[in-house]
Amino acid sequence: MRDVHVPDGFINAPVSAAAGVVAAAAVAVSLRGARKELDERIAPLAGLVAAFVFAVQMLNFPVAAGTSGHLLGGALAAILVGPWTGVLCIAVVLLMQGVLFADGGLTALGVNITVMGVVTVVTAHLLFRGLQAVLPRTRGGVTAAAFVAALVSVPASAAAFTLVYAVGGTTDVPIGKVLTAMLGVHVLIGIGEAVITALTVGAVLAVRPDLVHGARGLAAPLKLRVDGELVDAAPAPAPAPSPDGGSPKKVWIGGVVAALVLAGVVSFYASASPDGLEKVAADQGIDAKADAYEHATADSPLADYGVRGIDSARLSGGLAGVIGVGLTLAAGTGVFWAARRRRAQGDTGARV
Amino acid sequence: MTSTPSLDVRGLAYAYPDGHQALFGVDLTIGRGERVALLGPNGAGKTTLVLHLNGILAAGAGSVTVAGLPVGKKHMAEIRRKVGIVFQDPDDQLFMPTVREDVAFGPASAGLRGAALDAVVERALEKVGMAGYADRPPHHLSFGQRRRVAVATVLATEPEILVLDEPSSNLDPASRRELADVLRSLDVTVLMVTHDLPYALELCPRSLVLSEGVIAADGPTREILSDEELMTRHRLELPFGFVPGSVA
Amino acid sequence: MGAGHAHKLYRRGDSPVHGLPPHTKLVAVLGFVLVVVTTPREAVWAFAGYAALLAAVAALARVPVGFLLRRLAIEVPFVAFALLMPFVVPGEQTTVLGVAVSVPGLWGAWNILAKGTLGVAASVLLAATTELRGLILGLQRLGLPSLLVQIASFMIRYGDVVTDEMRRMSIARRSRGFEARGVRHWGVLAKSAGALFIRSYERGERVHLAMVSRGYTGTMPLLDERPADRAQWAAALALPLAALPICLLALLG
Repeated sequence: MRDVHVPDGFINAPVSAAAGVVAAAAVAVSLRGARKELDERIAPLAGLVAAFVFAVQMLNFPVAAGTSGHLLGGALAAILVGPWTGVLCIAVVLLMQGVLFADGGLTALGVNITVMGVVTVVTAHLLFRGLQAVLPRTRGGVTAAAFVAALVSVPASAAAFTLVYAVGGTTDVPIGKVLTAMLGVHVLIGIGEAVITALTVGAVLAVRPDLVHGARGLAAPLKLRVDGELVDAAPAPAPAPSPDGGSPKKVWIGGVVAALVLAGVVSFYASASPDGLEKVAADQGIDAKADAYEHATADSPLADYGVRGIDSARLSGGLAGVIGVGLTLAAGTGVFWAARRRRAQGDTGARV
Repeated sequence: MTSTPSLDVRGLAYAYPDGHQALFGVDLTIGRGERVALLGPNGAGKTTLVLHLNGILAAGAGSVTVAGLPVGKKHMAEIRRKVGIVFQDPDDQLFMPTVREDVAFGPASAGLRGAALDAVVERALEKVGMAGYADRPPHHLSFGQRRRVAVATVLATEPEILVLDEPSSNLDPASRRELADVLRSLDVTVLMVTHDLPYALELCPRSLVLSEGVIAADGPTREILSDEELMTRHRLELPFGFVPGSVA
Repeated sequence: MGAGHAHKLYRRGDSPVHGLPPHTKLVAVLGFVLVVVTTPREAVWAFAGYAALLAAVAALARVPVGFLLRRLAIEVPFVAFALLMPFVVPGEQTTVLGVAVSVPGLWGAWNILAKGTLGVAASVLLAATTELRGLILGLQRLGLPSLLVQIASFMIRYGDVVTDEMRRMSIARRSRGFEARGVRHWGVLAKSAGALFIRSYERGERVHLAMVSRGYTGTMPLLDERPADRAQWAAALALPLAALPICLLALLG
């Protein structure tokens, strides 16, 4: 998907704009979150991680007979540096690719950031957190969680793209077929992504485990070396421990909640066959897709753009898209925020 | 020493958050205008000590004083201006897109703008012989040039003490000599952390040996390098064929 | 090579297009693309008009057409998608060269190809005539949050450094006789990726130390002020303003 940045003219203007709003909101929230996490270190660290993502996307993973895979990096970024910094890094990479390399349309930037950045990172992060809470806290457990998180993040992103296309695609294609094809292909891509991500996370774990899950040792008392003998120094005026730990139980509860929400989100995507999508739309009283089909066949194709008067079906379709993506995002962010609050109140301990 | 020393470190001890203790009570004093080498094997705590000098690491025990000013939250901006650290990898040091912006970063952070800022940048680049390179991106420069620009970025803040971490590493002999000329021409206190013992002898009349987190020796560089027993004990080795006494 | 000042797409020059302040060009390109995207697909002549406008800008900027066309290859994956459309989109059928295709599918393919291509071409022209640093400062002038500007600046500054590290690791691997040929070698490659991450992150920490050592407290001093005067804005906006009437005509027609 590295080379499959959405170009201009692929998604209609209202939905592109809506995705832009979603992307901007996600980036704004991530800026706040990352600033809390990294304070003034955020610019150099996120910048270097973005450079890393940019570079590692070029790393060739040969599959067989001349074909090769690439890392997309969303899940990896989420697991290694957390969701906030992860979203920022992917968003900056996409922005730079759009502006500097003409890779991905300028008007499609919101769609690209939402689909490839936000959905991937948030899905991977929630799944990883949830699995971490139930899996053993060993390198194997972390690697397994990374594998599953990366595996699901890719088809989730494909499903999100299909959803955006269903709502705002400039040409109506049979969404069921597209979804099936997209999911089929992206589950395959996801397996590659999962293997590479898990192996990479494992490699980092082996050398700097603190960069992955932040296990912190307890500080030993300071010593002074006096004539070759070690004696205790006066106790250090240590800064208050950062409220970064959390009791295992609370983290576990947070993880289960996250997993449940995620299960809901994933099943929503997974069941988004034409019938499912219509059902969701109908349940909300907005039968966007049926209207869209009618427009494509019965009305002047001009209606696609909502430029002749106010095209209420399109507008409501766009609205449905925003609401859908927004709800997902809000739910994810809410759970995450709650989990952070709980951790902040908990005492020190291993960070999961 | 009559005036206030540029640097005064007393009983400095520090352990990293992971529990690894690196410094075990460091005591040292460097007078204004001195050029001093800080020698020591890998893992002796040299870099840890350097990061205490401008308050990036906060002393676990003991104190650091720069030109009479205690290093601490209260005077942090002033301390960071007074202590100019040149890091080992110029790519870490030169983080701005152009040489000019990089050299301007320190004084601009302190609030300098406009013509005054330009003048400071020009002067700093002239001091290191890089005046014509202001608009180049750092990665288009040679390694030696980058190191000299790194020195300029720090000189631009007009520091009380210049701290260099392995200044001669990765330099070819010509770049090495050019940097030595630059350092000799500066009218500033210098603390040079190095493995390069001939370079220390060439530039610094006085040396300190940091070993196992304490100052193990302090004296004229030539004497320290000639003390074979001391050198062996602290894993310091002269290059093959180098005899400190024979160098003028 | 090099992403510090010049980048892959940038072509040094002193044309009037090169001379415009970057933020005016960013606004112009975005405005142009918006106009293009809003144009109904049936107005084929309008897209020819847009292409002519871009060709005029390219001529003014002395960017060779061949260079522009080569960069359009970026689009290829979506070209494939577009070419599938006539076969999968339901609707009225017609025959082209004896093959049955759907009319809405053909229009859909044309829509994506025309608009996507014009979008890429406009972006390539922007990137070809604007230095990287200028683009980032332009984004900053247009109100991109300063923290994002900083992150982007660091990404650009260190993109080459990190890529070089990756290349050196690859050379080191191959020097020891390792050649990645299939899935069974992924472990080794992933170890490199992991090492690359650690190096990048640690460099980020060191860069932060270097910044803090020079008085950084979270905000970058803004150094490069380059405001645009009215004439420059007018020159830059000539492109979208010339495109706008075409679009309006197409909408009415």
